[in-house]
Amino acid sequence: MEEMLFYDRMQFAFTITFHYLFPQLTMGLSLIVIYFKWKFLRTQNEQYNQATHFWMKIFALNFAMGVVTGIPMEFQFGTNWAKFSELTGGIIGQTLAMEGMFSFFLESSFLGLFLFGEKLLGHKWHFVTGLLIFIGSWASGFLIIATHSWMQYPVGYEILANGKFVLNNFSALFTNPWLWPSYLHNQAASMVTSSFVVAGIGAFYILSKKQVSFGKLFVKTGVIFGLASSLIVAVPTGDLLAKNVVKYQPVTFAAMEGIFHTEKKGSEIVLIGQPDVKDKKLDNKIAVPNILSFLTYGNWHQEIKGLDQFKEENHPTNISGLYYAYHIMVGLGTVFIGLMAFAVFQLIRKKLFETKWILWSLLFMLPFPYIANTTGWYTAELGRQPWLVYDLLRTAEGASPTVSSGNTLFTLLGFIGLYLLLGMLFLLLVGKIINKGPQTENI
Amino acid sequence: MEFFWYVVLMGILAVYIVLDGYDFGAGIIHLFFAKTEKDKKAITSAIGPFWDANEVWLIAAGGVLFFAFPTLYASSFSGFYLPLMMILWLLIFRAVGLELRGQIHHPMWEVIWDKAFGIASLLLALFFGVALGNIVRGVNLGMVENGVSTQEAHFFFLPLWNPTFSPQADQLGIIDWFTLFLGVVSSVTLTIHGANWIIYKTNSSLNAKLKEVVFKLNFVLLGLVIISLLIWHKIEPKPFHNFVENPVLWIFPLIAFIGIFGLFKVKKFKKDGLGFLFSSMFLVGGFAATTASIFPNVLPSTNAVNPSLTIYNTAAGEYGLSVGVYWFVIALALVIAYFIIQYKVFSGKMDDIGYGEH
Repeated sequence: MEEMLFYDRMQFAFTITFHYLFPQLTMGLSLIVIYFKWKFLRTQNEQYNQATHFWMKIFALNFAMGVVTGIPMEFQFGTNWAKFSELTGGIIGQTLAMEGMFSFFLESSFLGLFLFGEKLLGHKWHFVTGLLIFIGSWASGFLIIATHSWMQYPVGYEILANGKFVLNNFSALFTNPWLWPSYLHNQAASMVTSSFVVAGIGAFYILSKKQVSFGKLFVKTGVIFGLASSLIVAVPTGDLLAKNVVKYQPVTFAAMEGIFHTEKKGSEIVLIGQPDVKDKKLDNKIAVPNILSFLTYGNWHQEIKGLDQFKEENHPTNISGLYYAYHIMVGLGTVFIGLMAFAVFQLIRKKLFETKWILWSLLFMLPFPYIANTTGWYTAELGRQPWLVYDLLRTAEGASPTVSSGNTLFTLLGFIGLYLLLGMLFLLLVGKIINKGPQTENI
Repeated sequence: MEFFWYVVLMGILAVYIVLDGYDFGAGIIHLFFAKTEKDKKAITSAIGPFWDANEVWLIAAGGVLFFAFPTLYASSFSGFYLPLMMILWLLIFRAVGLELRGQIHHPMWEVIWDKAFGIASLLLALFFGVALGNIVRGVNLGMVENGVSTQEAHFFFLPLWNPTFSPQADQLGIIDWFTLFLGVVSSVTLTIHGANWIIYKTNSSLNAKLKEVVFKLNFVLLGLVIISLLIWHKIEPKPFHNFVENPVLWIFPLIAFIGIFGLFKVKKFKKDGLGFLFSSMFLVGGFAATTASIFPNVLPSTNAVNPSLTIYNTAAGEYGLSVGVYWFVIALALVIAYFIIQYKVFSGKMDDIGYGEH
């Protein structure tokens, strides 16, 4: 039983982690692509249209990867989490079915037009198809986060005698207090990823002295979008989300921050340190006193409940993993703000393109928003453990009762092999697009 | 409400079968009949802008199944675990083959992805027939052994096959002679269907040959359909009782037979779209007749201990089903609008759109 649950969890974790490498770029990038197209419509400067075409190619490749790795996600609710699906399908199936009907049809119908229909449609309608793709992908994110939020903070339901959850208030799903902060946080984080990718590839073109005019355009666009989105990720969205966790999942908050013991006179904020779950302490700790109480409650001496206040059976199952995921996310988020602020400062002084160390940093930092997004999601998911539906349904109770661990391991290995291949093909092709660059001969 | 969502689900599935069916069929034609680069290009151009949208119908069906009939979704997806995962992998391979082929111009690269695309298409056509066979035949719900359920009444698990390949064995498998037979029927049907789509959407030099292929395969198909009707009662003792009670249901087999007989005139059609219309009729009629024959069951039980899964004992709560109608109607109107726009823009022959070129 333990082993079965482990493989079910590993398979979902692996496939969703891989899957979300792609939508986190395409959601943000769709906005940047239509920004370039809009600039082209306004200025009629051919460079903007070529920039649109270049990022469309990267977008299309990522989108295709997102689609093919996304279908297994919808299947896995039923294949590996049958008990969970049976009990909650009437509710989470609602938002997932809406995603299919509202987003996927919109995106898939207009993607072909967007990619191949520019000549057929003319520039204005080409922009409109891009806009529709943007709306579709952001709606998709919204409905997924609505589903996620219901699992974190269930609303609008009642539980029948047979244990089934049934919906009794549809609109509650969309006024869930968990939903809006999470959604905006996630979308801003997606903007961070795409901004860093645009800026990082731009920096590559400047540093390699190849198609430098495009490099400058990309860096400029990337750092402006990057600074704005990095800030929004932290304040207000990250802050609001953390306050939600304190309010609704205090035990998760304690584990995230590594607070093993309750401090009556206010909690310190831990910057670095390794959790020792067995002895309930942090090793090699560097911390600043009372800051956490202030950030959370605006009061230096407010008491924050530590893990010692909660029953052990309700502690997150992987406290160290949760602690690290959260700290990596927050740490990287801080670095992003710093780097982007420097870059924008230099941009305003018109010295950005000569400041080599910032360009190198932008290039070097390109993968890190992916790590920050991933660890952010790990924080949310590990933080919810040991529950599938918070406080109501345990993860161990949700797995498929008839699928043996051997069969799940078989498919997990299959997914690992297949995704390894997909990942290599993706890198090969994206490398090819970047190497060719945005410039076409007839400029 | 259950019946409404049942019709919606079957409707979405029928659309999916018609649309992705021609994608798979085109892949099979690509595998066996496309010899020149020009033919291959014509085929991929004829499905290129559509396949992604076509597969969304499968996702939509999955979504509606999940939300309207969660118990059926949970039971069948976990019970048919292995074949579903393999269908996923094949769908991925197929999509990758189609999309990546044009990215690098090297003969070896092209051969690999041509085969991936073609073979995955063929296997998917086969698997979907096998899937339908499994649903008609039913499964050992509750995994009853010696008259006792070893699982909750609606859960089960099937291995890929059992050593006897018999649909009446105690230990059933996904693949037995009955389900495999339906797999062959669906492969032949979709080959015809795909050929009709290519004839409809291209001016390829293959078209004359494909009409010949459709004509010949149609004899095979008619033979297979007659055999399947003869063996059907072995699996389902009273296959016609729903039709006797509700004679209006005869419309479905009638549509299927108009489709199959219409196709014999394939070589005389003035309009290239007619063949596609007839094969669509056969697909929809055949699928609807099959599902109607087991209604209200959606997954029959092969043991006497646990009841079959029906649309009534697997449905979600009444409120959720009712409130879903509102958003569904809006979404459906939008979907139909997108569909019309898409097919208007890409109307007519599409040999030269240069799909997948970079």
